[in-house]
Amino acid sequence: MKQYTIRRILQLIPVLLGISILIFAVMKMIPGDVISGILGVEATPELRAQLAAKYGLDRPYIVQYLDWIGGVLRGDFGESIRTAEPILPQILTRFQVTAELTILAAVISWFVAIPLGILAAVKRNSMADRLIRVFALLGVSVPGFALSILLILFLSLAFGYFSPLGYVGFFEDPLRNLQIMILPASILGISISGSVMRMTRSSVLEVLRQDFVRTVRAKGASERVAIFKHVLRSALIPIVTLVGMQIGSLLGGAVIVEQIFSLPGLGQMTLTGINQRDYPVVQGCVLFIAFVYVLVNVVTDLLYAYIDPRISYD
Amino acid sequence: MDHLLEMRNLSIDLYRGRRTPPVKLVEGIDLNIDKKQNFGIVGESGCGKSITCSSIMGLLSFPLSVGAGSSIRFQRENGTDTELLSLPKKQMQQLRGKEISMIFQEPMTALDPMYTIEDQIVESLRFHTDLSRSAMREAALEMLRKVKIPRAEEILKEYPHHLSGGMLQRVMIAIALINNPRLLIADEPTTALDVTIQAQILDLMNELRESYDTSVIMITHDLGVIAETCEQVAVFYAGQVVEQASVDDIFHHTAHPYTSGLLRSVTSLGGEQKELYTIRGTVPTAGQFSSGCRFADRCEHCTARCREAVPPLTEVAPGHQCRCWLHASGAEKEAAR
Amino acid sequence: MKRLGQTIRDLWKDPMGRIGMIGILLVILVAIFAPLAAPFEPDKMVAMPKSAPSADYWFGTDNYGRDIFSRILYGARVSLEVGIIAVGIGAVAGYILGLLAGYFEGWVDRVIMCVMDILFAFPSILLAIFISAVLGRGLVNTMIAIGIVNIPVFARTVRAAVISAKGLEYVSNARSVGVRTGAILVRHISPNVVAPFTVQATLALSSAILTEASMSFLGLGIQPPDPSWGSMLSEARTFMEQAPWMAIFPALFIIVTILLFNILGDSLRDVLDPKLKT
Repeated sequence: MKQYTIRRILQLIPVLLGISILIFAVMKMIPGDVISGILGVEATPELRAQLAAKYGLDRPYIVQYLDWIGGVLRGDFGESIRTAEPILPQILTRFQVTAELTILAAVISWFVAIPLGILAAVKRNSMADRLIRVFALLGVSVPGFALSILLILFLSLAFGYFSPLGYVGFFEDPLRNLQIMILPASILGISISGSVMRMTRSSVLEVLRQDFVRTVRAKGASERVAIFKHVLRSALIPIVTLVGMQIGSLLGGAVIVEQIFSLPGLGQMTLTGINQRDYPVVQGCVLFIAFVYVLVNVVTDLLYAYIDPRISYD
Repeated sequence: MDHLLEMRNLSIDLYRGRRTPPVKLVEGIDLNIDKKQNFGIVGESGCGKSITCSSIMGLLSFPLSVGAGSSIRFQRENGTDTELLSLPKKQMQQLRGKEISMIFQEPMTALDPMYTIEDQIVESLRFHTDLSRSAMREAALEMLRKVKIPRAEEILKEYPHHLSGGMLQRVMIAIALINNPRLLIADEPTTALDVTIQAQILDLMNELRESYDTSVIMITHDLGVIAETCEQVAVFYAGQVVEQASVDDIFHHTAHPYTSGLLRSVTSLGGEQKELYTIRGTVPTAGQFSSGCRFADRCEHCTARCREAVPPLTEVAPGHQCRCWLHASGAEKEAAR
Repeated sequence: MKRLGQTIRDLWKDPMGRIGMIGILLVILVAIFAPLAAPFEPDKMVAMPKSAPSADYWFGTDNYGRDIFSRILYGARVSLEVGIIAVGIGAVAGYILGLLAGYFEGWVDRVIMCVMDILFAFPSILLAIFISAVLGRGLVNTMIAIGIVNIPVFARTVRAAVISAKGLEYVSNARSVGVRTGAILVRHISPNVVAPFTVQATLALSSAILTEASMSFLGLGIQPPDPSWGSMLSEARTFMEQAPWMAIFPALFIIVTILLFNILGDSLRDVLDPKLKT
C-alpha cells in the first residue's frame, strides 16, 4: 500500500507540471498585455519598459515560467497587480471558505443521494424508484445558479426568509457561519445529488445482478445484511470514484454560488481577478484549484485501492 | 409425509409487462425427494431445471415468480411439514443455508470478492448459530479440512480472487454443508471446472455424503455426472418433466425419445469413438409451444397425435414415468382425444 | 449500428424519448422562427420597465422595458447556437484526436491523452471561464471556450471505442489483408464509434447550454444587448422583489431545455446501447 501510494503521488508530478505549463501558456496568450491593463494604452514607452522590467516581463518565456513555478514551489505565488499584496496567503484564507462550502455540499449530497439511490435500486420499478429517478433527472438538469435564484425568490416571497449577508468565519461564530453557509451549501449539494443518485442506483443494480448476492441469500442472509454488508461494499467502489470526480463540479459550482451569495471564497477571488484583469491572481487561483482537484482525485484513487481487495498495492 | 420434499404442479411465470400475460417457463412439475436420496435433474440449458430448484429456496426474483396452484412441501428438522411457498420471509431466511443449502455453477463469481474466505464461511454459521467467534473460526477450519483444502489455515485469510475455481468450489461446498443441511441443491457444480477437477469435486461430494445425512439434488446437463452420483433421475425438456426413473432404468430401459437422444449424444469415457449423435432442431422458446408434444418437431417417432395434444406423464413400469404417446396406455390415449 | 430511421422509431416508442424529441424540436423551431414568433424586438423598449405579465407582454417586461417573452425566444437562438457550435468544435477536435490516439496507440496516444488528462484536471466551468477570460467575452469566444472544454470527453469516448473496435475480428482481418490505414479508420472503425459518440454529443449539448448560461450569468459569456437566458437571469437579481417574473421565466426555460436534452440523451443511450440500460 505504501509503495502504491508513493507511485501514485509520483505520477502526479507530470500532471501538475502540465497544468502549470498550460496555465502559463494561456496567460501569455492574453490579448492586450498586462502593462496596458495597468497603465492604460497611452503610457510612454519608458514607463512601459520600467514596469515590464519590474514584473520581469521583458525576459524570455522560459525564464519567466521557471521563475514563476520556482516561486510557486517555494510558496510564493507572486503579488496582486492591484493591491500589491502577496497572493498565496489570500488564496489560503479564501480557500477555507470554499473548502467549507464544498465539504458541506458534498456531505449534504451524500446524505440525500446515496440512500435514495440505494432505495431506488432495491425497490426497482416501484413508485419510489420512479419518483427518485425523476428527482435525479431534475437534479442533473437544474443549473446551480437557476436553482439559487428560484430558491432565494421562493424563500423570500413565501417565508420572508433571506440568507444572511456578511460572511463570518466558522471559528469566529460557528452558528452564524452555518446560518450563512447552509443555503449555498444545500444548493451546491443538490446540484450534484442527481448524478450521485443515478450512479448509486446503477452501481447497486449492477452488483445486485451478480452471482455472489445469490450465494449470500442462499446462506440465509436477511435482506438488510445482503444489501448493507455485501452489495454496498462492492457498489461503493464506483461511487467513491464518482465522488472524487464530483469534487470538480463542486469546486466549479462554488465559483457561481459564492458569487450569488457574496461568499469571500476562492471562486469569487478568481472572478474578481478576471474582472480587474489582475492576472497573477487569476493564474494563482486557477492553479491552486486545479491542484486541489487533482490531489482529491489521488486521494480517491488511494481510497479505492483501500476498499477493493482485488487491487494489488504493488 | 413420506418424502423429504414434495413438489406438486410447480409452474414458474415470466412477467412480460402489464399488458402481456406472463409466460410459463416451467409447468406441471411433480417431484419427490426422499431422505438421503441423490436425485438428479438433467436437461439442456434453458429447460427450467435451475429455476425449478431456485424456487425451492425462494430465490426467484423479478421478473420470475412461482405460478398459482404450485406447492412445495418440505419436512423440517423438527419433523413438521412446511409449505415452502407460503413461508414468511423471515422463516424462509432461517431455513436457507441451514436446512436447505445450495452450490452454484460458477465458483469464481459465487463468492463476495470483498470478504475473506473465513468471513464468508463464518457468516453461514453466524446466521444460524450463536457460537463464539473463535468457535466459528474453529468450525470453519475443520470444514475446510473436510473438503480437503490444503493449507486451510492460510486459505481462511485469503480473498476469493486468489484461489482457483476448484478450490473455490470446495469452499462453496464447505459453506453449504457447515450447518449440516437436510437438502443440498447442487446447480451444475462441476460445469465451469476443468475435467480433472470435475472428477475430484464429484468424488468429494460422494464422499461427504456418506458422513452427512443430506439429500442431494444434482442439476446437470451431463448424464455422466448423473451416472456417477445419482439414484433417481428426472429428465427436463422445455419446462416439463419428460421422463423420471431410477438411474438404472434411465440408462438401460430408456423410454422417452428425448432421453435416448441425450444418451446417444454422450461420448462414453473409454468407449469406442463413434460419430457423435445430435438431436436435430432446437428447443422451442417458452411462450411459443405448440398444442402438442413439445419434443414433436425434433422427434424421430413423431406421429399425428403428437402434434394434437400434450402427452400425459404416465407410468410405463413401476417407478418409471414417461411423457410420450408411444408409451401412454390405451385408456389415457382415449381420454386425451 | 442502427440506421437513423430505425433509431428515431425506437426513440419514438420510448415515452421519454418521445417527450425529448418533441420538446427539442419545439426549442429548435422557436430558435429558428424567433424573429417571426416574437411579438416585439428583443432589444427595444416597448413598455414601462418592470411591467407585470399581461395579455400584451406575456412574461412581463424587464428593467429597460423590453419584452421578456421576445427576449426568451431570441435567447433560445443564442443558447442553441452556442451549444451546437461549441459541441461541434469539441466533437470534431475530440473525434480526430481520439481516432488518432486509439488507432496509432504508442507515443501518439500518450501525448494526446496526456494533454486531454491535463484539460480534464480542471473543473469544467473553471476552465471555460479561464479560457474566455483570456480570449475575451462575447458570443464567438464563449463558443470556443466551451468547445475546448468539451474536447477531452469526446477524445476519450472515441479512443475507447476505437480500441475496442480494433479488437474485433473483422477489423484485424481487414488489416491483415492489407486494407490501408485510412480506409480502415473510415470504413470499419468509425461506424462503431457512432453510437457512443451520439449519446455523448446529446449530453454534451445539455452541459454546453448549461455552461453558456452559467458564464453569461457571471457576466463572462454573452454580452448585452444580446439576449442570453443566463444574463437575463443575472440582470433579474437586482430586481427580484419588484419583478420576480424577470427571474422566473428565463430560469424555467433554461431548466426545461437542459432537462429535454438530458431526457433525450438518456433515451438515446438506452436505444443505441441496450447493454447500459439499468
